[in-house]
Amino acid sequence: MTELARRRLYDRVMRGLAGAAAGVVILPLVLILIFLVYRGSAALNLDFFTHLPKPVGEPGGGMANAIVGTLILLAIASAVGLPLGIFGGLFLAESRGSRLPWLVRFLADVLNGVPSIVIGIFAYTLLVLPMRRFSALAGGIALGVIMIPIVLRTTEELVRLVPASLREAALALGVPEWKVILRIVLPTARAGIVTGAMVAIARVAGETAPLLFTAFGNRFWHQGIDQPIAALPIQIFAYAISPFEDWHRQAWAGALVLIAMVFCVSLVARTATRGLGRPTR
Amino acid sequence: MADGIRVMALSAWFGQNRVLRNVFANMVPGAVTAIIGPSGCGKSTFIRCINRMHEVVPLARVDGRVLLNGEELYGPTVDPVVVRRRIGMVFQKPIPFPTMSIFDNVAAGLRLTGVRDRGRLHETVERALRQAALWDEVKDELAKSGASLSGGQQQRLCIARALAVEPEVLLMDEPCSALDPIATAKIEELIVELKRALTVVVVTHNMQQAARVSEWTGFFLLGELVEFGATRDLFTHPRDKRTEDYVTGRFG
Ligand SMILES: Nc1ncnc2c1ncn2[C@@H]1O[C@H](COP(=O)(O)OP(=O)(O)O)[C@@H](O)[C@H]1O
Ligand SMILES: [Mg+2]
Repeated sequence: MTELARRRLYDRVMRGLAGAAAGVVILPLVLILIFLVYRGSAALNLDFFTHLPKPVGEPGGGMANAIVGTLILLAIASAVGLPLGIFGGLFLAESRGSRLPWLVRFLADVLNGVPSIVIGIFAYTLLVLPMRRFSALAGGIALGVIMIPIVLRTTEELVRLVPASLREAALALGVPEWKVILRIVLPTARAGIVTGAMVAIARVAGETAPLLFTAFGNRFWHQGIDQPIAALPIQIFAYAISPFEDWHRQAWAGALVLIAMVFCVSLVARTATRGLGRPTR
Repeated sequence: MADGIRVMALSAWFGQNRVLRNVFANMVPGAVTAIIGPSGCGKSTFIRCINRMHEVVPLARVDGRVLLNGEELYGPTVDPVVVRRRIGMVFQKPIPFPTMSIFDNVAAGLRLTGVRDRGRLHETVERALRQAALWDEVKDELAKSGASLSGGQQQRLCIARALAVEPEVLLMDEPCSALDPIATAKIEELIVELKRALTVVVVTHNMQQAARVSEWTGFFLLGELVEFGATRDLFTHPRDKRTEDYVTGRFG
Protein backbone atom coordinates (compact mmCIF):
# COMPACT_ATOMS: atom_id res chain seq x y z
CA MET A 1 0.00 0.00 0.00
CA THR A 2 1.43 3.37 -0.92
CA GLU A 3 1.85 6.08 1.68
CA LEU A 4 -0.91 8.15 0.10
CA ALA A 5 -3.39 5.28 0.00
CA ARG A 6 -2.61 4.49 3.60
CA ARG A 7 -3.31 8.07 4.62
CA ARG A 8 -6.54 8.11 2.65
CA LEU A 9 -7.73 4.97 4.35
CA TYR A 10 -6.75 6.37 7.73
CA ASP A 11 -8.66 9.57 6.90
CA ARG A 12 -11.79 7.59 5.95
CA VAL A 13 -11.72 5.47 9.07
CA MET A 14 -11.31 8.52 11.27
CA ARG A 15 -14.09 10.40 9.53
CA GLY A 16 -16.33 7.36 9.91
CA LEU A 17 -15.57 7.08 13.62
CA ALA A 18 -16.15 10.79 14.24
CA GLY A 19 -19.43 10.67 12.34
CA ALA A 20 -20.57 7.60 14.26
CA ALA A 21 -19.66 9.26 17.57
CA ALA A 22 -21.70 12.33 16.61
CA GLY A 23 -24.64 10.09 15.74
CA VAL A 24 -24.41 8.25 19.05
CA VAL A 25 -24.33 11.59 20.87
CA ILE A 26 -27.49 12.83 19.18
CA LEU A 27 -29.37 9.53 19.35
CA PRO A 28 -30.32 9.59 23.07
CA LEU A 29 -31.57 13.18 22.74
CA VAL A 30 -33.73 12.27 19.74
CA LEU A 31 -35.08 9.19 21.51
CA ILE A 32 -35.88 11.15 24.65
CA LEU A 33 -37.69 13.80 22.63
CA ILE A 34 -39.70 11.27 20.64
CA PHE A 35 -40.64 9.35 23.76
CA LEU A 36 -41.58 12.50 25.68
CA VAL A 37 -43.77 13.80 22.89
CA TYR A 38 -45.39 10.38 22.56
CA ARG A 39 -46.12 9.93 26.26
CA GLY A 40 -46.51 13.56 27.28
CA SER A 41 -48.76 15.02 24.61
CA ALA A 42 -51.67 12.81 25.76
CA ALA A 43 -52.15 14.81 28.99
CA LEU A 44 -51.16 18.10 27.48
CA ASN A 45 -54.17 20.41 27.17
CA LEU A 46 -55.16 23.92 28.13
CA ASP A 47 -56.09 22.79 31.67
CA PHE A 48 -52.56 21.58 32.16
CA PHE A 49 -51.26 25.16 31.75
CA THR A 50 -54.07 26.95 33.60
CA HIS A 51 -55.26 24.70 36.44
CA LEU A 52 -53.99 23.65 39.84
CA PRO A 53 -53.49 19.93 40.56
CA LYS A 54 -56.70 18.16 41.55
CA PRO A 55 -56.94 16.34 44.90
CA VAL A 56 -56.01 12.66 44.93
CA GLY A 57 -58.55 10.53 43.10
CA GLU A 58 -60.13 13.32 41.05
CA PRO A 59 -59.12 13.22 37.39
CA GLY A 60 -57.97 16.30 35.40
CA GLY A 61 -56.26 19.38 36.77
CA GLY A 62 -52.93 20.79 35.68
CA MET A 63 -49.51 21.97 36.71
CA ALA A 64 -49.96 25.72 36.24
CA ASN A 65 -48.65 26.39 39.74
CA ALA A 66 -45.53 24.33 39.09
CA ILE A 67 -44.83 26.11 35.82
CA VAL A 68 -45.16 29.50 37.50
CA GLY A 69 -43.18 28.19 40.48
CA THR A 70 -40.29 27.09 38.28
CA LEU A 71 -40.23 30.51 36.63
CA ILE A 72 -40.16 32.22 40.04
CA LEU A 73 -37.41 29.91 41.27
CA LEU A 74 -35.38 30.63 38.14
CA ALA A 75 -35.87 34.38 38.66
CA ILE A 76 -34.60 34.15 42.24
CA ALA A 77 -31.73 31.92 41.13
CA SER A 78 -30.79 34.43 38.42
CA ALA A 79 -30.93 37.32 40.87
CA VAL A 80 -28.39 35.46 43.01
CA GLY A 81 -26.27 33.68 40.44
CA LEU A 82 -25.96 36.20 37.61
CA PRO A 83 -24.56 39.24 39.45
CA LEU A 84 -22.19 37.13 41.56
CA GLY A 85 -21.08 35.09 38.56
CA ILE A 86 -20.68 38.05 36.20
CA PHE A 87 -18.84 40.32 38.61
CA GLY A 88 -16.74 37.45 39.89
CA GLY A 89 -15.82 36.58 36.31
CA LEU A 90 -14.93 40.22 35.62
CA PHE A 91 -12.73 40.19 38.69
CA LEU A 92 -10.96 37.04 37.55
CA ALA A 93 -10.40 38.40 34.05
CA GLU A 94 -9.19 41.81 35.15
CA SER A 95 -7.15 41.15 38.27
CA ARG A 96 -3.44 41.19 37.82
CA GLY A 97 -2.49 39.36 41.00
CA SER A 98 -2.14 35.61 40.85
CA ARG A 99 -2.97 34.15 44.27
CA LEU A 100 -6.51 35.36 44.93
CA PRO A 101 -7.75 34.80 41.35
CA TRP A 102 -6.19 31.35 41.43
CA LEU A 103 -8.02 30.56 44.64
CA VAL A 104 -11.36 31.87 43.35
CA ARG A 105 -10.97 29.94 40.10
CA PHE A 106 -10.10 26.78 42.02
CA LEU A 107 -13.06 27.15 44.39
CA ALA A 108 -15.39 27.83 41.46
CA ASP A 109 -14.25 24.62 39.81
CA VAL A 110 -14.78 22.73 43.04
CA LEU A 111 -18.22 24.27 43.42
CA ASN A 112 -19.02 23.25 39.87
CA GLY A 113 -18.27 19.67 40.83
CA VAL A 114 -20.29 19.63 44.04
CA PRO A 115 -23.34 17.38 43.62
CA SER A 116 -26.49 19.47 43.53
CA ILE A 117 -28.01 17.55 46.43
CA VAL A 118 -25.14 18.71 48.63
CA ILE A 119 -25.92 22.29 47.69
CA GLY A 120 -29.52 21.51 48.65
CA ILE A 121 -28.41 20.31 52.08
CA PHE A 122 -26.34 23.46 52.43
CA ALA A 123 -29.37 25.66 51.67
CA TYR A 124 -31.47 23.52 53.97
CA THR A 125 -29.08 24.00 56.87
CA LEU A 126 -28.45 27.68 56.32
CA LEU A 127 -31.90 28.86 55.26
CA VAL A 128 -34.64 26.34 55.86
CA LEU A 129 -33.68 25.44 59.44
CA PRO A 130 -33.23 29.03 60.73
CA MET A 131 -36.39 30.20 58.92
CA ARG A 132 -38.23 27.14 60.18
CA ARG A 133 -39.91 26.60 56.86
CA PHE A 134 -39.33 25.46 53.32
CA SER A 135 -39.36 28.42 50.96
CA ALA A 136 -39.04 29.61 47.39
CA LEU A 137 -36.18 31.75 48.64
CA ALA A 138 -34.17 28.75 49.85
CA GLY A 139 -34.84 26.87 46.62
CA GLY A 140 -33.94 29.84 44.44
CA ILE A 141 -30.73 30.48 46.34
CA ALA A 142 -29.73 26.81 46.08
CA LEU A 143 -30.21 26.98 42.31
CA GLY A 144 -28.40 30.34 42.18
CA VAL A 145 -25.37 28.84 43.91
CA ILE A 146 -25.28 26.11 41.27
CA MET A 147 -25.33 28.81 38.57
CA ILE A 148 -22.45 30.86 39.98
CA PRO A 149 -19.47 28.79 38.78
CA ILE A 150 -20.93 28.33 35.30
CA VAL A 151 -21.57 32.04 34.81
CA LEU A 152 -18.25 32.93 36.45
CA ARG A 153 -16.09 30.89 34.14
CA THR A 154 -17.90 31.83 30.92
CA THR A 155 -17.76 35.52 31.86
CA GLU A 156 -14.06 35.27 32.64
CA GLU A 157 -13.29 33.57 29.35
CA LEU A 158 -15.33 35.99 27.27
CA VAL A 159 -13.98 39.09 28.98
CA ARG A 160 -10.48 37.79 28.31
CA LEU A 161 -11.35 37.54 24.63
CA VAL A 162 -11.95 41.29 24.41
CA PRO A 163 -8.78 42.56 22.72
CA ALA A 164 -6.34 44.53 24.87
CA SER A 165 -6.22 47.12 22.09
CA LEU A 166 -9.85 47.99 22.76
CA ARG A 167 -9.20 48.65 26.45
CA GLU A 168 -6.14 50.69 25.54
CA ALA A 169 -8.14 52.77 23.09
CA ALA A 170 -10.58 53.60 25.87
CA LEU A 171 -7.90 54.18 28.51
CA ALA A 172 -6.08 56.52 26.12
CA LEU A 173 -9.20 58.71 26.04
CA GLY A 174 -8.72 59.41 29.71
CA VAL A 175 -11.46 57.09 30.91
CA PRO A 176 -10.90 55.60 34.38
CA GLU A 177 -10.18 51.90 34.33
CA TRP A 178 -13.34 50.76 36.13
CA LYS A 179 -15.45 52.64 33.61
CA VAL A 180 -13.54 51.10 30.73
CA ILE A 181 -14.37 47.69 32.17
CA LEU A 182 -18.06 48.39 32.79
CA ARG A 183 -18.85 50.48 29.72
CA ILE A 184 -16.52 49.12 27.02
CA VAL A 185 -15.27 45.65 27.94
CA LEU A 186 -18.49 44.27 29.43
CA PRO A 187 -20.78 45.40 26.57
CA THR A 188 -18.32 44.00 24.03
CA ALA A 189 -18.42 40.61 25.74
CA ARG A 190 -22.16 40.91 26.33
CA ALA A 191 -23.46 38.41 23.81
CA GLY A 192 -21.20 35.69 25.14
CA ILE A 193 -22.06 36.46 28.74
CA VAL A 194 -25.77 36.24 27.90
CA THR A 195 -25.13 32.82 26.42
CA GLY A 196 -23.32 31.70 29.58
CA ALA A 197 -26.22 32.95 31.67
CA MET A 198 -28.76 31.08 29.54
CA VAL A 199 -26.75 27.88 29.71
CA ALA A 200 -26.67 28.21 33.49
CA ILE A 201 -30.42 28.83 33.68
CA ALA A 202 -31.13 25.85 31.43
CA ARG A 203 -28.86 23.75 33.59
CA VAL A 204 -30.67 24.53 36.86
CA ALA A 205 -34.19 24.56 35.42
CA GLY A 206 -34.39 20.81 35.72
CA GLU A 207 -32.58 20.42 39.04
CA THR A 208 -34.72 18.36 41.39
CA ALA A 209 -32.58 17.18 44.27
CA PRO A 210 -31.76 20.58 45.81
CA LEU A 211 -35.41 21.60 45.59
CA LEU A 212 -36.75 18.59 47.49
CA PHE A 213 -35.77 19.99 50.84
CA THR A 214 -35.70 23.71 50.06
CA ALA A 215 -38.63 24.69 47.82
CA PHE A 216 -40.39 21.48 48.85
CA GLY A 217 -43.31 21.78 46.48
CA ASN A 218 -46.82 23.08 46.94
CA ARG A 219 -50.22 22.10 45.60
CA PHE A 220 -51.38 25.72 45.43
CA TRP A 221 -50.40 28.95 43.72
CA HIS A 222 -47.31 30.56 45.13
CA GLN A 223 -47.87 32.40 48.39
CA GLY A 224 -44.76 34.54 48.74
CA ILE A 225 -41.09 33.77 48.52
CA ASP A 226 -40.91 32.78 52.18
CA GLN A 227 -43.37 29.92 51.59
CA PRO A 228 -42.96 26.50 50.01
CA ILE A 229 -43.39 26.70 46.27
CA ALA A 230 -44.28 24.27 43.52
CA ALA A 231 -41.73 23.47 40.84
CA LEU A 232 -41.97 21.31 37.73
CA PRO A 233 -39.17 18.89 38.64
CA ILE A 234 -40.65 18.25 42.10
CA GLN A 235 -44.12 17.84 40.69
CA ILE A 236 -42.87 15.43 38.05
CA PHE A 237 -41.07 13.43 40.69
CA ALA A 238 -44.10 13.28 42.98
CA TYR A 239 -46.46 12.29 40.18
CA ALA A 240 -44.11 9.77 38.61
CA ILE A 241 -43.75 7.74 41.82
CA SER A 242 -47.47 7.90 42.58
CA PRO A 243 -49.69 4.86 41.95
CA PHE A 244 -52.18 6.76 39.73
CA GLU A 245 -52.30 6.28 35.97
CA ASP A 246 -53.61 9.82 35.43
CA TRP A 247 -50.75 11.33 37.43
CA HIS A 248 -48.22 9.33 35.41
CA ARG A 249 -49.58 10.89 32.25
CA GLN A 250 -49.34 14.35 33.82
CA ALA A 251 -45.75 13.65 34.89
CA TRP A 252 -44.90 12.92 31.27
CA ALA A 253 -46.59 16.13 30.17
CA GLY A 254 -44.69 18.05 32.85
CA ALA A 255 -41.42 16.59 31.60
CA LEU A 256 -42.29 17.63 28.07
CA VAL A 257 -43.04 21.20 29.19
CA LEU A 258 -39.79 21.33 31.17
CA ILE A 259 -37.76 20.15 28.17
CA ALA A 260 -39.55 22.70 25.99
CA MET A 261 -38.63 25.46 28.45
CA VAL A 262 -34.98 24.42 28.51
CA PHE A 263 -35.05 24.16 24.73
CA CYS A 264 -36.39 27.72 24.43
CA VAL A 265 -33.73 29.06 26.78
CA SER A 266 -31.00 27.28 24.80
CA LEU A 267 -32.41 28.65 21.58
CA VAL A 268 -32.28 32.20 22.95
CA ALA A 269 -28.69 31.55 24.01
CA ARG A 270 -27.75 30.39 20.51
CA THR A 271 -29.39 33.39 18.88
CA ALA A 272 -27.63 35.74 21.25
CA THR A 273 -24.22 34.29 20.38
CA ARG A 274 -24.78 34.83 16.73
CA GLY A 275 -24.41 38.58 17.25
CA LEU A 276 -21.17 38.13 19.19
CA GLY A 277 -18.87 41.09 18.67
CA ARG A 278 -21.23 42.67 16.22
CA PRO A 279 -22.54 46.20 16.67
CA THR A 280 -25.90 46.47 18.33
CA ARG A 281 -27.21 49.86 17.29
CA MET B 1 3.28 78.77 28.95
CA ALA B 2 2.80 76.72 25.85
CA ASP B 3 6.16 75.18 25.28
CA GLY B 4 4.86 71.73 24.40
CA ILE B 5 6.37 68.51 25.59
CA ARG B 6 9.76 68.26 27.17
CA VAL B 7 11.23 64.82 27.77
CA MET B 8 14.22 64.50 30.09
CA ALA B 9 16.35 61.45 30.84
CA LEU B 10 13.52 59.11 29.92
CA SER B 11 14.12 55.37 30.19
CA ALA B 12 11.57 52.60 29.92
CA TRP B 13 11.51 48.89 30.63
CA PHE B 14 9.41 45.83 29.91
CA GLY B 15 10.36 43.70 32.90
CA GLN B 16 14.15 43.50 32.78
CA ASN B 17 14.30 44.57 29.15
CA ARG B 18 15.30 48.23 28.83
CA VAL B 19 13.75 49.53 25.62
CA LEU B 20 14.41 53.30 25.99
CA ARG B 21 17.72 54.72 27.11
CA ASN B 22 18.05 58.18 28.54
CA VAL B 23 16.01 60.06 25.95
CA PHE B 24 15.96 63.88 25.85
CA ALA B 25 13.60 65.59 23.41
CA ASN B 26 11.41 68.62 22.97
CA MET B 27 8.20 68.67 20.97
CA VAL B 28 6.89 72.15 20.28
CA PRO B 29 3.31 73.27 19.65
CA GLY B 30 2.22 74.40 16.23
CA ALA B 31 4.45 71.86 14.57
CA VAL B 32 4.49 68.18 13.74
CA THR B 33 7.24 66.05 15.19
CA ALA B 34 7.92 62.78 13.39
CA ILE B 35 9.47 59.78 15.13
CA ILE B 36 11.27 57.39 12.79
CA GLY B 37 13.42 54.29 13.18
CA PRO B 38 13.47 50.60 12.38
CA SER B 39 10.76 48.46 13.94
CA GLY B 40 11.38 47.41 17.52
CA CYS B 41 13.57 50.44 18.26
CA GLY B 42 11.15 51.88 20.84
CA LYS B 43 9.11 54.43 18.88
CA SER B 44 5.76 53.24 20.25
CA THR B 45 7.15 52.91 23.73
CA PHE B 46 8.45 56.47 23.54
CA ILE B 47 5.09 58.05 22.72
CA ARG B 48 3.27 55.74 25.14
CA CYS B 49 5.49 57.10 27.90
CA ILE B 50 4.32 60.61 27.03
CA ASN B 51 0.64 59.91 27.78
CA ARG B 52 1.37 57.41 30.54
CA MET B 53 0.04 54.45 28.58
CA HIS B 54 3.30 52.53 28.94
CA GLU B 55 2.53 51.69 32.55
CA VAL B 56 -0.73 49.99 31.52
CA VAL B 57 1.30 46.97 30.38
CA PRO B 58 2.03 44.57 33.25
CA LEU B 59 5.63 44.85 34.53
CA ALA B 60 6.32 47.92 32.41
CA ARG B 61 8.30 50.70 34.14
CA VAL B 62 9.32 54.28 33.38
CA ASP B 63 12.08 56.50 34.73
CA GLY B 64 12.80 60.13 33.95
CA ARG B 65 10.71 63.26 33.46
CA VAL B 66 8.06 64.35 31.00
CA LEU B 67 6.73 67.90 31.14
CA LEU B 68 3.65 69.30 29.40
CA ASN B 69 3.78 73.08 29.26
CA GLY B 70 6.07 73.00 32.26
CA GLU B 71 3.96 70.61 34.35
CA GLU B 72 5.41 67.31 35.48
CA LEU B 73 3.41 64.36 34.11
CA TYR B 74 5.09 61.81 36.34
CA GLY B 75 4.74 63.78 39.56
CA PRO B 76 3.59 61.80 42.62
CA THR B 77 0.20 63.52 42.73
CA VAL B 78 -0.52 63.35 39.00
CA ASP B 79 -3.44 61.15 37.93
CA PRO B 80 -2.60 59.28 34.71
CA VAL B 81 -6.28 59.50 33.71
CA VAL B 82 -6.00 63.30 33.62
CA VAL B 83 -2.75 63.10 31.63
CA ARG B 84 -4.48 60.91 29.02
CA ARG B 85 -7.29 63.41 28.64
CA ARG B 86 -4.78 66.14 27.88
CA ILE B 87 -2.69 63.99 25.54
CA GLY B 88 -4.75 62.07 22.99
CA MET B 89 -3.57 59.01 21.14
CA VAL B 90 -4.33 57.34 17.82
CA PHE B 91 -3.20 53.78 17.30
CA GLN B 92 -1.77 51.89 14.36
CA LYS B 93 -4.92 49.88 13.77
CA PRO B 94 -8.15 51.85 13.79
CA ILE B 95 -10.13 50.58 16.76
CA PRO B 96 -13.65 52.01 16.89
CA PHE B 97 -15.65 50.74 19.86
CA PRO B 98 -17.52 47.86 18.22
CA THR B 99 -20.72 48.18 20.21
CA MET B 100 -21.15 51.89 19.47
CA SER B 101 -22.51 54.02 16.64
CA ILE B 102 -20.39 56.64 14.88
CA PHE B 103 -21.90 59.32 17.10
CA ASP B 104 -21.38 57.34 20.29
CA ASN B 105 -17.77 56.58 19.36
CA VAL B 106 -16.94 60.25 19.07
CA ALA B 107 -18.97 61.12 22.15
CA ALA B 108 -17.47 58.25 24.17
CA GLY B 109 -14.62 60.24 25.72
CA LEU B 110 -16.99 62.89 27.02
CA ARG B 111 -19.81 60.54 28.03
CA LEU B 112 -17.53 58.19 29.90
CA THR B 113 -16.13 61.07 31.86
CA GLY B 114 -19.52 62.28 32.94
CA VAL B 115 -20.77 64.75 30.32
CA ARG B 116 -24.56 64.35 29.88
CA ASP B 117 -25.57 67.62 28.25
CA ARG B 118 -26.98 66.58 24.85
CA GLY B 119 -26.45 69.96 23.25
CA ARG B 120 -22.81 69.97 24.20
CA LEU B 121 -22.36 66.37 23.02
CA HIS B 122 -23.87 67.17 19.62
CA GLU B 123 -21.75 70.27 19.23
CA THR B 124 -18.60 68.43 20.21
CA VAL B 125 -19.26 65.47 17.94
CA GLU B 126 -19.82 67.72 14.95
CA ARG B 127 -16.75 69.82 15.69
CA ALA B 128 -14.53 66.76 16.17
CA LEU B 129 -15.80 65.06 13.02
CA ARG B 130 -15.24 68.25 11.01
CA GLN B 131 -11.78 68.60 12.47
CA ALA B 132 -11.06 65.01 11.44
CA ALA B 133 -12.38 65.73 7.92
CA LEU B 134 -15.03 63.05 8.27
CA TRP B 135 -18.18 65.09 8.88
CA ASP B 136 -19.29 65.38 5.24
CA GLU B 137 -18.97 61.64 4.72
CA VAL B 138 -20.90 60.51 7.80
CA LYS B 139 -23.23 63.34 8.80
CA ASP B 140 -26.29 61.46 7.50
CA GLU B 141 -25.45 58.15 9.11
CA LEU B 142 -24.27 59.03 12.58
CA ALA B 143 -26.37 56.21 14.02
CA LYS B 144 -24.61 53.58 11.95
CA SER B 145 -22.00 51.39 13.56
CA GLY B 146 -18.45 52.72 13.56
CA ALA B 147 -17.29 49.33 12.36
CA SER B 148 -19.24 49.75 9.12
CA LEU B 149 -16.87 52.45 7.85
CA SER B 150 -13.87 51.87 5.58
CA GLY B 151 -10.40 51.55 7.13
CA GLY B 152 -9.45 55.13 6.34
CA GLN B 153 -12.75 56.44 7.66
CA GLN B 154 -12.37 54.35 10.80
CA GLN B 155 -8.96 55.87 11.42
CA ARG B 156 -10.40 59.37 10.99
CA LEU B 157 -13.22 58.35 13.34
CA CYS B 158 -10.58 57.41 15.89
CA ILE B 159 -8.88 60.76 15.35
CA ALA B 160 -12.24 62.50 15.88
CA ARG B 161 -12.79 60.45 19.02
CA ALA B 162 -9.42 61.57 20.35
CA LEU B 163 -10.06 65.21 19.39
CA ALA B 164 -13.51 65.28 21.02
CA VAL B 165 -12.01 65.53 24.50
CA GLU B 166 -9.99 68.56 23.37
CA PRO B 167 -6.49 67.33 24.06
CA GLU B 168 -3.51 69.68 23.97
CA VAL B 169 -1.33 67.07 22.29
CA LEU B 170 -2.11 64.32 19.78
CA LEU B 171 0.16 61.28 19.59
CA MET B 172 -0.21 59.08 16.51
CA ASP B 173 1.40 55.67 16.31
CA GLU B 174 1.89 54.79 12.64
CA PRO B 175 -1.65 55.99 11.88
CA CYS B 176 -1.43 55.15 8.17
CA SER B 177 0.34 51.82 8.18
CA ALA B 178 -2.90 49.88 7.80
CA LEU B 179 -4.33 52.18 5.12
CA ASP B 180 -4.26 52.45 1.34
CA PRO B 181 -2.45 55.38 -0.39
CA ILE B 182 -5.58 57.51 -0.85
CA ALA B 183 -6.63 57.16 2.78
CA THR B 184 -3.02 57.82 3.77
CA ALA B 185 -2.96 61.06 1.79
CA LYS B 186 -6.15 62.20 3.55
CA ILE B 187 -4.70 61.51 6.98
CA GLU B 188 -1.46 63.28 6.08
CA GLU B 189 -3.42 66.35 4.99
CA LEU B 190 -5.27 66.18 8.24
CA ILE B 191 -2.08 65.98 10.29
CA VAL B 192 -0.78 69.16 8.67
CA GLU B 193 -4.12 70.81 9.44
CA LEU B 194 -4.17 69.65 13.07
CA LYS B 195 -0.83 71.15 14.03
CA ARG B 196 -2.43 74.59 14.05
CA ALA B 197 -4.48 73.62 17.07
CA LEU B 198 -2.30 71.10 18.86
CA THR B 199 1.14 69.67 19.36
CA VAL B 200 1.30 66.65 17.05
CA VAL B 201 3.70 63.72 17.31
CA VAL B 202 3.57 61.09 14.57
CA VAL B 203 5.39 57.79 14.61
CA THR B 204 6.05 56.52 11.12
CA HIS B 205 8.23 53.95 9.47
CA ASN B 206 7.77 55.79 6.21
CA MET B 207 10.51 58.39 5.74
CA GLN B 208 8.77 60.12 2.85
CA GLN B 209 5.82 60.60 5.14
CA ALA B 210 8.00 62.10 7.83
CA ALA B 211 9.51 64.45 5.26
CA ARG B 212 6.07 65.45 3.96
CA VAL B 213 4.28 66.20 7.21
CA SER B 214 6.78 67.13 9.89
CA GLU B 215 8.89 70.10 10.91
CA TRP B 216 10.92 68.13 13.42
CA THR B 217 12.14 64.55 13.33
CA GLY B 218 13.65 62.22 15.88
CA PHE B 219 15.50 59.09 14.84
CA PHE B 220 15.49 56.15 17.24
CA LEU B 221 17.77 53.12 17.13
CA LEU B 222 17.82 50.34 19.72
CA GLY B 223 16.04 52.47 22.30
CA GLU B 224 18.32 55.46 21.86
CA LEU B 225 17.32 58.78 20.38
CA VAL B 226 20.22 59.00 17.96
CA GLU B 227 19.36 62.31 16.40
CA PHE B 228 16.70 64.95 16.82
CA GLY B 229 16.43 68.04 14.65
CA ALA B 230 14.67 69.96 11.92
CA THR B 231 13.27 67.45 9.45
CA ARG B 232 15.02 68.95 6.44
CA ASP B 233 18.42 68.95 8.15
CA LEU B 234 18.00 65.43 9.43
CA PHE B 235 17.25 64.09 5.99
CA THR B 236 19.77 66.18 4.04
CA HIS B 237 22.67 66.66 6.43
CA PRO B 238 22.40 64.05 9.17
CA ARG B 239 24.99 64.61 11.86
CA ASP B 240 25.20 60.98 12.91
CA LYS B 241 26.55 58.25 10.67
CA ARG B 242 23.75 55.89 11.81
CA THR B 243 21.05 58.40 10.84
CA GLU B 244 22.67 58.80 7.45
CA ASP B 245 22.73 55.06 6.91
CA TYR B 246 19.07 54.80 7.85
CA VAL B 247 17.68 57.72 5.83
CA THR B 248 19.69 56.70 2.77
CA GLY B 249 18.20 53.24 3.08
CA ARG B 250 21.42 51.41 3.84
CA PHE B 251 19.68 49.38 6.50
CA GLY B 252 16.36 48.88 8.26
N1 LIG C 1 4.05 44.45 25.57
C1 LIG C 1 5.39 44.23 25.49
N2 LIG C 1 5.99 43.38 26.35
C2 LIG C 1 7.32 43.17 26.28
N3 LIG C 1 8.14 43.74 25.40
C3 LIG C 1 7.62 44.62 24.52
C4 LIG C 1 6.20 44.89 24.51
N4 LIG C 1 5.95 45.79 23.53
C5 LIG C 1 7.15 46.04 22.95
N5 LIG C 1 8.14 45.34 23.53
C6 LIG C 1 9.57 45.40 23.16
O1 LIG C 1 10.04 46.70 23.32
C7 LIG C 1 10.86 47.08 22.24
C8 LIG C 1 10.36 48.36 21.63
O2 LIG C 1 9.09 48.14 21.09
P1 LIG C 1 8.22 49.27 20.41
O3 LIG C 1 8.30 50.49 21.23
O4 LIG C 1 6.89 48.70 20.13
O5 LIG C 1 9.02 49.49 19.03
P2 LIG C 1 8.55 50.21 17.69
O6 LIG C 1 7.26 50.89 17.95
O7 LIG C 1 9.65 51.14 17.36
O8 LIG C 1 8.44 49.15 16.66
C9 LIG C 1 10.89 45.92 21.27
O9 LIG C 1 12.12 45.25 21.42
C10 LIG C 1 9.75 45.05 21.69
O10 LIG C 1 10.11 43.70 21.54
MG1 LIG D 1 5.37 50.51 17.07
